[in-house]
Amino acid sequence: MSTEKKLRVAVYKFTGCAGCQMEFLRLEDELLDLTKKIEFVYFMMAQNRDEFERYDLCFVEGSVSTPRELQEIKMIRAQTKTLIAFGDCAITGCVPSIRNWLSQSDVEKVVYKDITPIRSFRLAGIEEYVPVDLKLSGCPPHKDMILEAIGSSLLGIRPDLRMHSICMECKLKENVCILTSLSKLCMGPVTRAGCGAICPTYGRECEGCYGPMSDANPFPLASEFRRLGITADDLVRKFRKYAGTSKEFREVSGI
Amino acid sequence: MSKQNGIDAQTDGKKVEVCYVARVEGQGGINVEVTSIGEAKAKFKVFEPMRFFEAFLVGRKYNEVHELTSRICGICPIAHQMTALRAVENALKVEVTAQTRALRRLLSLSAWIQSHTLSLYFLTAPDYLGFGSAIEIAEEHIDAVKQALRLKKLGNDLGELIGGRAIHPISAVVGGFTKTPMKEDLAKIVLRLKREKEDIWSTVDLFCSFNYPEIDRPTVLVAISNDKEYAVNEGRLVSSHGLDSPEKEYRIHVQEKEVNYSNTKKSFINGGDFLSGPIARVNLNYQKLTPDAKKAAEQLGLHLPSYNPFMNIKARVVEVVYALDEAMRIINTLRLDFSEQPIKAEVGASCEGAALTEAPRGILYHWYKLDSSGIVQKADIVTPTAHNSASIEASLCALAPKLLKQGQDLTLGCEKLVRAYDPCISCSVHVLRL
Repeated sequence: MSTEKKLRVAVYKFTGCAGCQMEFLRLEDELLDLTKKIEFVYFMMAQNRDEFERYDLCFVEGSVSTPRELQEIKMIRAQTKTLIAFGDCAITGCVPSIRNWLSQSDVEKVVYKDITPIRSFRLAGIEEYVPVDLKLSGCPPHKDMILEAIGSSLLGIRPDLRMHSICMECKLKENVCILTSLSKLCMGPVTRAGCGAICPTYGRECEGCYGPMSDANPFPLASEFRRLGITADDLVRKFRKYAGTSKEFREVSGI
Repeated sequence: MSKQNGIDAQTDGKKVEVCYVARVEGQGGINVEVTSIGEAKAKFKVFEPMRFFEAFLVGRKYNEVHELTSRICGICPIAHQMTALRAVENALKVEVTAQTRALRRLLSLSAWIQSHTLSLYFLTAPDYLGFGSAIEIAEEHIDAVKQALRLKKLGNDLGELIGGRAIHPISAVVGGFTKTPMKEDLAKIVLRLKREKEDIWSTVDLFCSFNYPEIDRPTVLVAISNDKEYAVNEGRLVSSHGLDSPEKEYRIHVQEKEVNYSNTKKSFINGGDFLSGPIARVNLNYQKLTPDAKKAAEQLGLHLPSYNPFMNIKARVVEVVYALDEAMRIINTLRLDFSEQPIKAEVGASCEGAALTEAPRGILYHWYKLDSSGIVQKADIVTPTAHNSASIEASLCALAPKLLKQGQDLTLGCEKLVRAYDPCISCSVHVLRL
């Protein structure tokens, strides 16, 4: 019996909060079974082992915001079969990208007195610099999407990720539409599915933390928000939160 | 890349350099030097990229501050949310209901359970059992790892039940919760809390069996404290050296300094470093622990007062026992009013508000100044790891010469010490000048 070769998996963290890695570790029921099929060859938060070559699957959490990260993402790309932009930060820069609308030196001065040692630039998703094979959206991406990415890689098939809006999931949960019935400013109609419509299920509007769905058209939603009385500033804040830098939202969010 | 990003530890007996400490959250390294006369110098270097939260929070609205600051840290998002909510509510003079306070406490305890379990089994235990990771531990101690995974899942599930999602919860908002948890779901989770509580004594035994290094350097212990309960979300700032101050006077007592080798600022009280986190809390609030948590402390041989940062590990076990007890008590005594809606905040005058809470790793401070439309004008956030970074360096200086004298592995010893603090490095990098 030949020993089956395990999938070589790496998990990297760039400019981010570690929440995506925490979601990975939330696979409590699956983790031990998974390690029969995959081996973590780089996962600094969880282990000492750190190999720098030949990744079958590399999850990169966080965005690129320093020269060092820029150098690193290129090296990672060169040795990775399937490179995964793991979470909103790696795709659009997520919440920290709000700073992209401010001047970099002003931002630095607010936080640090001596800004000379700072090596930081406007942050961007990793696709800005290298080709990406798969994007797991969400802040954080639901653990089922992580399983889907690993499972499909093991089977050699294309992963089945949801590209449609959260409204579909919300309907399946039989929630009353909080936008049309309760006039709450819900981002659901332009936001990508995957979370299971948690926010409307918990009685509140979706804030859009899974980023834009495919072919999202934010303009009619923005008009509807205006009709419901949103101020111009609040509208910008709404779209300039999780995916303000995305091509779908950048016009509404003020680029 | 390996030079920059890997563990690049050189030990010639006098000098330790670990560029990237494994099994901690975020990106940081240590640099320790011992001179020939046995004096040590240590640097805790954080190269985690900066994210400038205090800068881009300016111009955002009061009701999204907790949602945004949650993203400071994926391990302790709940602590950031609870602190931001209370700081904003203090500014806007919103008084939340007893039910909201109880549910928030439950949410924070869920975070303690999952964070402490992660720290104990995934980050700490491998050092003492001689493995590289919890996954490797599973090859020999499958039951312990399975228990750890169950406990961590329980913490996450409790967080999800109350907050809608374990990582970056969504239902806690200014003034309360958008949804009250269902009675039957709470009843189910109480059964699981009960079961894990029965099994917790094997965790106590495991962490009792390890040999922890001694650091007998007296230091100032700092925590929040109140008369009613073991302080989690609210309390006065107190220390082992007589400090007792309301949270809004935090800035009178705690000063910050920037250092050129690290992206994390250092905090001082009266010019000296201090220790915050599990061991400080157990020391200062011991009387408020449940009988079983006290029993765990006794079985672990946790003698108080203790100033040894390695005792953070034992204190985490004690706090897991406490969190299980306290979560059950809260759920069993909750009289839920399902019609309760978040209390509406009124904006209208410029105002400011501060809040201090106990995150799993120690005290967490948020302060905001809002304008008359409820827009953030200024923000100040100081995290547990920023509070502890000066203490980490001082403890490394105390430990290193001792390890050398005893002929022990200096690199591993220093790394173990850093992990005993369980630093959360993403959190620590950001911060504001006043």
